[in-house]
Amino acid sequence: MRAKAMIRLLFTMGAITWLGLVFTDISILFSTVNNIEPDIPTWLPKLLLNLFILSLFYYYKLKIERDEVLNFIDLLWRVFATGLIATVISLALRLVSYLLGNTKLTGHVVYIDLIYLINVGLMISFLTMAFTAWKRLILYQKSKWLLRFWSFFEYGLLISLLYNAFNFPYVESVYITLFVAFLIAGLVLSGNMKWVAYLNFRQKWTGLLLLLLTIFYLLYGFYTNSSYASTISSTSANFADYRYHIFIMSLIAFVTIYSIFSFLVILFNLPTTSVFEQKLEEVVNFQRISQSIQTEQSEESVYNILLETSVSTVFADAAWLEINTSEKKLYTYNITEKEARDIIEHLSHQPVRGILDQGTDKTRNLSKYLATLKSSRFRSILAFPIYVKNENIGMLALLKELPEGFNREMTKIVSAFSNQAGISIENFRLMEEALQNERYKEELKIAKTVQKSLLPEILERDEEFEIAAFSESADEVGGDYYDTLRISGEMVALIIADVSGKGTTAAFHMSQMKGIFHSLAQDCIEPSEFMARANQALVNCLERGSFISAIIFLINTKTKLIRYSRAGHCPVLYYKAASDTVEYFKDKGVALGMVRNSSYRNFMQTSEFAFAKGDVMVLYTDGITEAKNAKGEEFGYIRLSDILETAKKLSSREIQDHIISSLYQFSESESLDDDYTTMIVKFN
Amino acid sequence: MIHIKRLQEDGADVIAIIGEIDASSSIELDLAIAKSVGEGYVKILVDCSALEYISSAGLGVFMSYIDEFKDKKISMVLYGLSDKVANTFQILGLNELLHIAKDKSEAKAIINELQV
Repeated sequence: MRAKAMIRLLFTMGAITWLGLVFTDISILFSTVNNIEPDIPTWLPKLLLNLFILSLFYYYKLKIERDEVLNFIDLLWRVFATGLIATVISLALRLVSYLLGNTKLTGHVVYIDLIYLINVGLMISFLTMAFTAWKRLILYQKSKWLLRFWSFFEYGLLISLLYNAFNFPYVESVYITLFVAFLIAGLVLSGNMKWVAYLNFRQKWTGLLLLLLTIFYLLYGFYTNSSYASTISSTSANFADYRYHIFIMSLIAFVTIYSIFSFLVILFNLPTTSVFEQKLEEVVNFQRISQSIQTEQSEESVYNILLETSVSTVFADAAWLEINTSEKKLYTYNITEKEARDIIEHLSHQPVRGILDQGTDKTRNLSKYLATLKSSRFRSILAFPIYVKNENIGMLALLKELPEGFNREMTKIVSAFSNQAGISIENFRLMEEALQNERYKEELKIAKTVQKSLLPEILERDEEFEIAAFSESADEVGGDYYDTLRISGEMVALIIADVSGKGTTAAFHMSQMKGIFHSLAQDCIEPSEFMARANQALVNCLERGSFISAIIFLINTKTKLIRYSRAGHCPVLYYKAASDTVEYFKDKGVALGMVRNSSYRNFMQTSEFAFAKGDVMVLYTDGITEAKNAKGEEFGYIRLSDILETAKKLSSREIQDHIISSLYQFSESESLDDDYTTMIVKFN
Repeated sequence: MIHIKRLQEDGADVIAIIGEIDASSSIELDLAIAKSVGEGYVKILVDCSALEYISSAGLGVFMSYIDEFKDKKISMVLYGLSDKVANTFQILGLNELLHIAKDKSEAKAIINELQV
């Protein structure tokens, strides 16, 4: 808002100072012509003229310099438009004079002065506008030195206004020296034409036209004003003669020089425009390839972009992209698949090793081999391999109907394209992998919570026994399971199981095991029968190679007998208080899911033993016996039984703590590779 | 870490497993057996004398072929198992389902008997 108000203020000031200039100048001129001593000081119009110039100067500075949206052609257009308005008004005034004819009014010096002042105002407006626009063009891609030089030039010009602001006597040598200095500075600055290179072909033509007309307006304005000025000066010298105004003259010179230079530079740059545009397009294409992976979501789009950009960059007549990953694919451009296959086939018979297949390790110009293929319309071919992680995944072939159609630059740029495409695809794959990993981690987390929730929080208690259980899983989720179930007043069922495999599937099978246990154990069936039925239920959902090892116990607290059946699970470790012995139960049994028919029953047996006060039963999973230390030794069965030997008199909880602490001590690490679970039953 | 070697002897395919079989290396074992089956061998001997450790996934590989072998009348005999490895087989009850011999000559005798 402040800038807007400022612009308005400057405009108003310009208008007022101009009106003041007209009034004072005419009045002085009138007085002089009539030989009356003017009652207005003669320096006043000069001061007003300079104030007018200053207002306009800052008016355009604010208007043009701050406007970021303007492009080069817009700038040229603004200059042209200002010139057009100035010229049209000037021509209109000429027409009025012409229509009025040669009357006393038109011949009167005051009238001429008025017309002259209007023209000068318009010309100054046009010049300052052009000056501001040219400043922007010159300072495009500026260096520190250029900026300093420009400031020097600009402030020099503004300071020169002082010279004309007051009634200093006109000294020709000073005038000439200053003018020449500004002229040279203007010439040096006019060498800055970097902006021209960034115009495209169309814009260059537009620029040429606009500049030509701008030069015309400049010449016209200069001519008109000098003719008026000379007419007036023939009558009186007491008027605002711009011809002795160093600022205006320097400005005219500079603006004209830069306009002519720009015109010529654009003109001579016209033929090379296409080269520059092509280079620019290459850069843009390059960016497209490298960014494609962020915006597009598939490898296919990368292939398509590669094909498209390569073709447009080297002006190929046709192209194909052969991809040799899991699914073989041929992307074609302007060529039928049959034609492409014919050429590939033809080239494969030529005496060059590994053309257009994975064997080729570098870009090849195969044109000479194409010459022998009479049926083809193509006479040049260039092939580029595409690598992803040092693996050749495909081949890009570019074709031209012209012989010798590809040059070194084309080869280089397309080679860069195919490399970038390879990198893009690699990035894409890495991103996919990372996503996959993230998903996998998330899945594991879910599986872990599921697994935890399947284990009972409260275990059965009885006067006859106490149970302690512990389960810990490694980073990866396993499928260890234990549970207890009171069937009746005197019957309690226990189970410990280990699902082979890890991850969600293991947790899923574990939940199945829980379901089976809770439904089958309820009926108080024989343990071997339980296993047979569990096997029956599981075979259909366990995938090939997966199995579940388990032991089920039925404890009768009344008869003090335990019947159990072991399905491939780690053998029971038992401490018999009566004989004070620790031993592993020897029995037979095959893991669930290993035999997938009814013959499974034959492999199972039910065993029975009596328990007595002080006996301890240790159930565990293979994570404990197979735990390894740094030397690679396993924890093993002997260490486990030794621990029971020393801890046999303790409570079930204490025995458990003993086992776990020994295990950690043995493995000497915080984390274990596998899940491990223990369930310790102490009989009272 | 696993290394699997295959060589043919008296019309039998001998698969020697060197190293440890865990979840990831069990795939190689699976491939080796599948290859042998694919090549039409009906006598497969598995040399486990250099097998240091086998995880449940590895055992699962042997287990998964039991039914297929029965259908195709293919015999497989494992031999040279260390005590530790043999114990692993025993606990799971795989010794009931697979033929396990002490050494190569015993394995050959068993397999010839099976293939009569």
